[in-house]
Amino acid sequence: MAELSNQLMALTVLAYLAAMVCYAGEYAFGRRSHIGRAATRQLVGAGGPGTYEQAGGPATYEEATEVRKESARGEWVGRAAVGLNLLGVVLHLGTTVTRGIAAERMPWGNMYEYILSATLVGSVVWAGVLLRRPAARHLGLFTTLSLVVLLGAAALLAYTPVGPLVPALNSYWFIFHVSTIIISSGIFLLGAVPAAMFLIKNGWDAGRRSFPYTLGRHVGDAGALERLTFRLHAFAFPLFTFGALIAGPLWAEASWGRYWGWDPKEVWAFISWIVYAAYLHARATPSVKRTTATWIAIAGFVTMLMNLFGVNLFFEGLHSYA
Amino acid sequence: MTVVEDRPATADAPPPRRGNPLWAFLRNSWRQLTSMRTALVLLFLLAVAAVPGSIFPQRGVNRENVAEYFAEHPELAPALDRFFAFDVYASPWFAAIYLLLFTSLIGCVLPRLRDHFRALTTVPPDAPKRLDRLPHHDQGQQRPEEPAAVAAEIAKRLRRSRFRTRVRETPDGWTVSAEKGYLKETGNLLFHIAMLGVLVGVGFGQWYGWHGNRLLVEGTDQGFCNSVTQHDESVLGPRVDPSDLPDFCLRMTAFDATFQTNGVPKSFQATVDVSEDGGDHYRPDRFTVNDPLRLDGATVNLIGQGYAPVLRFTDRFGAQQTKVVPFLPIDGMLTSEGVVQYPDVNIDPATGKRDPRLQMGFEGLFLPTGGTDGSAVSKFPAENNPVLYLTAYRGDLGLDSGRPGSVYALNREQIADGDLKKISDERPYVLRPGEKWTLDDGTTLEFVDTRRFATISIRHDPTKVSLLVGSVAGLIGLMLSLYVHRRRVWFRVLPVGGDPAGGSVIEAGGLPRTDYPGFGDEFATLTRHMKEGTP
Ligand code: HEM
Repeated sequence: MAELSNQLMALTVLAYLAAMVCYAGEYAFGRRSHIGRAATRQLVGAGGPGTYEQAGGPATYEEATEVRKESARGEWVGRAAVGLNLLGVVLHLGTTVTRGIAAERMPWGNMYEYILSATLVGSVVWAGVLLRRPAARHLGLFTTLSLVVLLGAAALLAYTPVGPLVPALNSYWFIFHVSTIIISSGIFLLGAVPAAMFLIKNGWDAGRRSFPYTLGRHVGDAGALERLTFRLHAFAFPLFTFGALIAGPLWAEASWGRYWGWDPKEVWAFISWIVYAAYLHARATPSVKRTTATWIAIAGFVTMLMNLFGVNLFFEGLHSYA
Repeated sequence: MTVVEDRPATADAPPPRRGNPLWAFLRNSWRQLTSMRTALVLLFLLAVAAVPGSIFPQRGVNRENVAEYFAEHPELAPALDRFFAFDVYASPWFAAIYLLLFTSLIGCVLPRLRDHFRALTTVPPDAPKRLDRLPHHDQGQQRPEEPAAVAAEIAKRLRRSRFRTRVRETPDGWTVSAEKGYLKETGNLLFHIAMLGVLVGVGFGQWYGWHGNRLLVEGTDQGFCNSVTQHDESVLGPRVDPSDLPDFCLRMTAFDATFQTNGVPKSFQATVDVSEDGGDHYRPDRFTVNDPLRLDGATVNLIGQGYAPVLRFTDRFGAQQTKVVPFLPIDGMLTSEGVVQYPDVNIDPATGKRDPRLQMGFEGLFLPTGGTDGSAVSKFPAENNPVLYLTAYRGDLGLDSGRPGSVYALNREQIADGDLKKISDERPYVLRPGEKWTLDDGTTLEFVDTRRFATISIRHDPTKVSLLVGSVAGLIGLMLSLYVHRRRVWFRVLPVGGDPAGGSVIEAGGLPRTDYPGFGDEFATLTRHMKEGTP
């Protein structure tokens, strides 16, 4: 079973990778964006040769026909991307479940399993968004990219053979603590995707044409991205508060006697919490620009990564059970 | 969007006082300090200030690591220490940030409390003149009933949806004003106040709490009673007197540990006799890793475990001394290191004098499961093949120098000075339970047996229950604050053609006061129901 889990893991990464390539392919064809589609539709509606002027749109009928062909191809590649992405989610789920079966417990006893589960949550939420709002597909490239990077890092840096839980982790509070932190981290991590896209799109709209901003060309409405960012963070924040600042201390009190001890892991959870609180504040303050607020969310993402990887690699503490 | 914007214009603010620059300066600073921007900056500072605490070892977390750091960086460490790098969370600069933040918070919460109280006690304002200017608007719907009846019915319906509702008669008809979502601000205030409470609670807990550690060896002869002198290490809050510690005694009668085949622990359990009246009457109890012993006024947690070999030394005059000596684990397989010291041996019965050159010390490793290859690492944490590797020393142990030494290592200075000499071979001597080691002068050391020991933490935190209550209240407040939306709706009901008997025409407007994507749907539902008159 453990072997199966490892093989599924490899397949998961491959599926996400393939999905990523397809998303990227769609980007390259690039005609299923709102602008592209609108342009094509109008030309088709006009039903004859003519010129249509729109920033970045096709200039002649011939070009428009070319665009339509490309658009069809882009659409096809885009659908393949979504299919592969969903396949990846299923494989990801399989990896996590078989891992849990192999270990005969919930799959979050060490860093590797923890990242596996946190990214699964992010991925499942992403799949939900994708199915409900197909227009969100343009975020796929970044979501799958993050998934490939995080899972790859988990497999390479944090892999731990299947083993049972040490007694300290064998507690109800631990289950609440870890499951809520996993879910909220997954959503925070996912929230960084629309956050980054908002910043890119905003830059594009402001006329920047250098590298990361060019990615913003085919992306939907900046305002919608910003609202999605906020909703993901606003959903994850109380959950993280519960997991890190209530269930965690409850478990620590039962296990170590003190509810809070400034262990490196606790320090970084505290830092993430403060940074995300700052994000919510910044967003609620009219005099703070939305881009500034979103940068704070990105800073929160960095602290989450630090918590996922950095703390376990660099510091020694009670939490280093991996 | 925000509460800040909601605040009524300064109509009721005190008239500006002129002429006192100091007062103006103070008031200005206060306003700066309690602004949202300052709160943001302070939050950021707090996050950044917390970082060094994860980079440098902290005294409050692990004293030994700090000592190690000092040994490794003899020049840098004292300099860092001057900036409290090893006591980040107790440092003045960390305190300065969070105290400023909380002052800002108080300054922010108080006026908001007042405003919110006012908002809760005032009725929703009358409809604006032009409802069509509002973000959501609906108009032209007619109903056969008279305006008064329609307005009453709309109000009833809104009240049922828990809108705070007010019906007003105007010269030309009726208006219904309704507002909902006050819980958002209530929750937000609850959250921020709860955080203040939690900080105060943590402070009190530190003042009035205490904790200690103790290594408790199995056996009724190894009992322990709760007092500062019997803790291996204790920390008392500034408001705690050693005599305040509750009186209880513990004897560990058994310690059970089970392990997986790969050596990872599966379970630990300590069985103890507890006396809560100072040692007269014992009752049995037990505790495990996640299930501490909760006594009156203290919690006892199991935080570590290991082995204590029992060693009997027979000196030149045939006198015997038996010691139970905890060896501290240095790896997951419980390879443990320790030392046994016999300062009061080889005392000539004729003179009764102790010869400081004839004290004995043994240092080495204990392996619960020794391998066949003779390597000094345990293969498994349970006792499958217990073995001791020891080196013997004779001379002055240096215990009388008055300097505090470790009970887990011999005094290195004495060895370096040649006052304490190694008397065994380069390779440590191997002893198994029941075996006896005869030294060059005929004295013997017998490895009698092993016992288990548990490291326990004894702690009293007087505010922890209130902290839990405070954080749960805060969490509830937070969720209300984030998920409740404040919104207003207005309905204007006018008689068709100016004649009440001719029926009514309804106009509606809606204003979400926070970013609330679902409001459009809610408004549509409300207006549809109003128009159709469906209950
Ligand atoms: C101790 C540090 C603080 C933390 C952790 C914190 C946390 C939060 C969080 C998470 C929210 C989001 C709730 C929401 O968006 O509805 C919030 C909202 C708010 N906070 Fe704080 N806060 C802190 C200090 C302060 C201070 C010092 C002020 C006053 C200057 C303040 C004023 C506000 C206001 C006015 C809101 C409402 C924003 C809105 O309209 O949504 N907070 N706070």
